[in-house]
Amino acid sequence: MAGLTLSGIRKAFGPVEVLKGIDLDVADGEFIVFVGPSGCGKSTLLRVIAGLEQASAGTIAIDGVDVTAMRASDRGLAMVFQSYALYPHMSVYRNIAFALENMGLPRAEIEARVMRAATMLRLTDYLDRKPGALSGGQRQRVAIGRAVVRDPRIFLFDEPLSNLDAELRVATRKELASLHAEIGGTMIYVTHDQVEAMTLANRIVVLNAGRIEQVGTPLELYNRPANRFVAGFIGSPRMNFIPGRIGADGTIGHGAAATPLSGVDTGAAPAGAEISIGIRPEHVEIVPDRQADSSVSVQIVEQLGGESYLYGLLPDGTALTLRCANESPVRRGETVFVRFQRTRLHLFDAAGAALTR
Amino acid sequence: MGKAATLLTATKVRGRLGWTDMLAYAYLGLGVVLMFGPVLWLALSSLKTPAALLEFPPSFLPLSQKTVAVPGHDKPLELYRVRLDDGSVKELAQVRRIGIQAQMVDPAAPQTIIRVPIDRREPIREVAFAWSNYSEPLAQFNFARFFGNSLFVTILATLVTLLINSMAAYALSIYEFPGKKAALLMVIGTLMIPITIILAPVFLVVTKLGLNNSLWAVILPGAATPTGVFLLRQYMLTLPRDLIEAARMDKASEWQIYARIVMPLTLPALAVLAIFSIMWRWNEFLWPLAVLTKSESYTLQIGLNAFQGELQTQWHYLLAMTVMTLLPVAMVFVFLQRFITTGIANTGMK
Repeated sequence: MAGLTLSGIRKAFGPVEVLKGIDLDVADGEFIVFVGPSGCGKSTLLRVIAGLEQASAGTIAIDGVDVTAMRASDRGLAMVFQSYALYPHMSVYRNIAFALENMGLPRAEIEARVMRAATMLRLTDYLDRKPGALSGGQRQRVAIGRAVVRDPRIFLFDEPLSNLDAELRVATRKELASLHAEIGGTMIYVTHDQVEAMTLANRIVVLNAGRIEQVGTPLELYNRPANRFVAGFIGSPRMNFIPGRIGADGTIGHGAAATPLSGVDTGAAPAGAEISIGIRPEHVEIVPDRQADSSVSVQIVEQLGGESYLYGLLPDGTALTLRCANESPVRRGETVFVRFQRTRLHLFDAAGAALTR
Repeated sequence: MGKAATLLTATKVRGRLGWTDMLAYAYLGLGVVLMFGPVLWLALSSLKTPAALLEFPPSFLPLSQKTVAVPGHDKPLELYRVRLDDGSVKELAQVRRIGIQAQMVDPAAPQTIIRVPIDRREPIREVAFAWSNYSEPLAQFNFARFFGNSLFVTILATLVTLLINSMAAYALSIYEFPGKKAALLMVIGTLMIPITIILAPVFLVVTKLGLNNSLWAVILPGAATPTGVFLLRQYMLTLPRDLIEAARMDKASEWQIYARIVMPLTLPALAVLAIFSIMWRWNEFLWPLAVLTKSESYTLQIGLNAFQGELQTQWHYLLAMTVMTLLPVAMVFVFLQRFITTGIANTGMK
């Protein structure tokens, strides 16, 4: 097991720069998740770490040893591919044993290790089958087994759950979490699904357009997003953003209502500054008229049983989503009055950075 | 049998023979005749005696005159159907022919000679296979040797071809390197150079290497075929990149990736190339003719050529040995045609 240090990693494909300077420290035994929208460079970053792509600039160090120039096979990392990449002509046993054979281990040791991994992943009944005769979940476990059996310094996962159906994805997510608890390896996991990121990660790295937007624990990202991008990316449904302006008396005026928001710490932002007010759907409350910050005309109601989502418009036309616990009596076309929980408000300056408070 | 019947009586609408069905069957029937007619003609002709071969009009089946053993005559006598003076028709055996008269006997009563004008008799013929066309050259000529040479050339050349072509295809499909496109273009470009043009230079090279009359002179020059490289490359391009990368992560060396991942997965394309190579090599004529001059190094095709003299061609032997030559390739095709069709479909080669 090992720690990983990335410094100044850049990667360009011809004139297109995909990674624009990535600096990151991963501690030994940590479960790190790279998350970001499609095309943000997260998979490329993982492949650069794996050695499947050569970084255009920067260094990669594993346990303090520079491995930038080292080939993928010599870095001692194991990777689980999105497509699983099982060798279709080999049995499950041979698939798992392949790396061990290449390492030149004695036969008895290979067998012991394969059996141990197979037992852990409940694959012992399928060892003679070819990957084509396995279900999606079983293939996924074989792919993980192939990584586990090698006892690698770092595990790399490239969107491993994206080919599974929703139910299996939840189940496998739990298995991965318990696997990490059991073997305690350093794991780097790439996904575009923020729920996977929130549930699995010790720390999340949010990437956007080839840069790291923020690194932090799941709750740090949720509670204190560093900028508008992270605020919008983490949390589902996404955070509401309402344009506003800081008044001379420290209150925040917004187009939605006549009464400015008071009692909000605006930090060092000067009066008159244009800002975005961020509020998550779960932090918007339906209140009686006189306590309200604004009114919302409801356009769509989604009833999920345990919770409901109301999608509506503020008087100035800004879209607002709010979450109610349990079933909601509100119907489409009705107007409700809402209040934003003051402590849960996020303020972002015109450039999108969170206001320092 | 049931399947064949279903296939042969299939119609567009079940149980009704429409005009499209008739057209289809006519077209397919024509195809069958065009494809198999010559082969069938060859096979039947290879069993004809030299006399029957030269007969005009030619007969479809190998026919020869019926003979009968008659007591008092050492050799079997030829049987004829004879119209006698009294108008009756009898089967008589001919003892000898003098001018326009034939002396004939009734096999049942061999003592009496009957004189018959030759225009009143008609030979009785029956289907007879001249197996001697096969047995004689097999015994007299060094056919087994030719066969062995052909087998050696075909098998070794195919193995070398598969090895070299797959390695070239591996490099041209899996790796990224500067000049890759140029290399591929050059490989494909050689498709446009016919063998007749390079015959003389290659012959000189082979001679300088002292390979004349060695079977390696036939095997080596054609071992790397652009068609094969292209076919295998196209197939390898369809292999998922992830597999190669997974193998790299699994600490496999490049040779191991080639031998243990890419080669097994390329088997369908390799099978197609193997079949093509076997057919090319088995039927190769011009190049072996140029480099093989001693009869002990002849391949079958060159051996067959020896039956064709400057003044006289021994057609009956030639035809029989041609059938012998066709058999192995036909067998390969019969047993491996499944691979050819699936392989061609997979490689996108037409």
